[in-house]
Amino acid sequence: MSRHRVRLEVNGRAYEREVEARRLLSDFLRHDLDLTGTHVGCEHGVCGACTVLLDGEAVRSCLLLAVQVDGHALQTVEGLAGDDGELHPLQDAFREAHGLQCGFCTAGILLTLVPFLEEHPDPDEDTVRHALSGNLCRCTGYQHIVDAVLLAARRRRTADA
Amino acid sequence: MKPAPFDYTAPDTLEEALAVLAEHGDDAKPLAGGQSLLPLLNFRLARPAMLVDLNRLTDLDYARPDGNGSLRLGAMTRHRTLERDSAVARAAPLVAEAAPYIAHPQIRNRGTVGGSLAHADPASELPVVAVALDARFRLARAGGERWVEAADFFVGLLTADLEPGELLVEVELPAMPSGSGWAFDELARRHGDYALAGVAAVLTRDGDACTRARLVYLSLGDGPVRARQAEAMLESDGASDATIAEAARLAAEQEIEPSGDIHASASYKRHLAAVLTRRVLARAWQRAAEAS
Repeated sequence: MSRHRVRLEVNGRAYEREVEARRLLSDFLRHDLDLTGTHVGCEHGVCGACTVLLDGEAVRSCLLLAVQVDGHALQTVEGLAGDDGELHPLQDAFREAHGLQCGFCTAGILLTLVPFLEEHPDPDEDTVRHALSGNLCRCTGYQHIVDAVLLAARRRRTADA
Repeated sequence: MKPAPFDYTAPDTLEEALAVLAEHGDDAKPLAGGQSLLPLLNFRLARPAMLVDLNRLTDLDYARPDGNGSLRLGAMTRHRTLERDSAVARAAPLVAEAAPYIAHPQIRNRGTVGGSLAHADPASELPVVAVALDARFRLARAGGERWVEAADFFVGLLTADLEPGELLVEVELPAMPSGSGWAFDELARRHGDYALAGVAAVLTRDGDACTRARLVYLSLGDGPVRARQAEAMLESDGASDATIAEAARLAAEQEIEPSGDIHASASYKRHLAAVLTRRVLARAWQRAAEAS
């Protein structure tokens, strides 16, 4: 059973830890870095709750080993709001449109949507639903999540204009 | 839900990777995108002593046309590339059409061509597309390599023609004959979930004659299922609406082996297969007309 030194950047901050090879990235974030905003649901790649950004791309952190992110940059939900606590526009839209209830799935959904909105600044509802297909929510029925994404996209376009 | 202990190495070159795989034989498991392997590790259904991480072999991440119209895909090419890359869309439009159906966006960001093919899951899109396109795979091992046809590579449920120590390193997708049309479709309960049924078709057209047909199914057998009788019917009778309907019926009733599960009964899957077959054949035939 090998142990490995992992150096990486999370939300712009450098970390260095030694881990067992089998340490999942999701557990590494939560237990070794105390970044518990990333939630763990199914641990086999179905629910999407543990979604984080690896070098800017949405990935499931339960399907990566911590040792694999050595030298890479991650973003988690803790990195979305500003230092002063000001919510990310997407978080703001979720709050306003009631895009969450219990909140367990929310971190994964937000991280899925950050790169999605970069790539699709003006998505229709169908595209949003496809983008959300890899994230399970058991509270909302998704409608308010979809509303929140469309609201965030609209505001983002207005801000850019 | 945590992996059993294992040793881990992440070689920087293919040669190193092959040497480690040769040394450890059956005890080692190559780790590509990990989108199928990590769940198996988490469930402890797989307990390799050594994981050989291929993610530093970035020179195996490419999609490039070669001189004779084939498209070459490196084994570490991510599904996301298949979805986005214009060279893939031009040289292998069937692959580009199927790629958005491969699981969810987060999975496509990590999952690889080589990993998906080697895993040989009968519900996977890429094995079916590879068989429909007469793809060839380059398998490397320490001190040698061999090529194998896609049709011979998938030998059974989750089983590919890969020896311990061998690694699938490249896929060659030959250009479709001129005058060819293609189509892919599948049905899942939710986009990105395992398909209840899916099918890829490639039809080559000369006027009203169909000179070559490929019709291959996913989720309806132990691996990619080629409907050779339906293909022969299309090649002999052309692809009129009547023949398409007859070929779809033949394939759905006699050539696939669906098993019922909690999501759908076997007879419903046969029904779905017939509907999807009619759709893809009609679309492929139309595209073939536009291409000729």
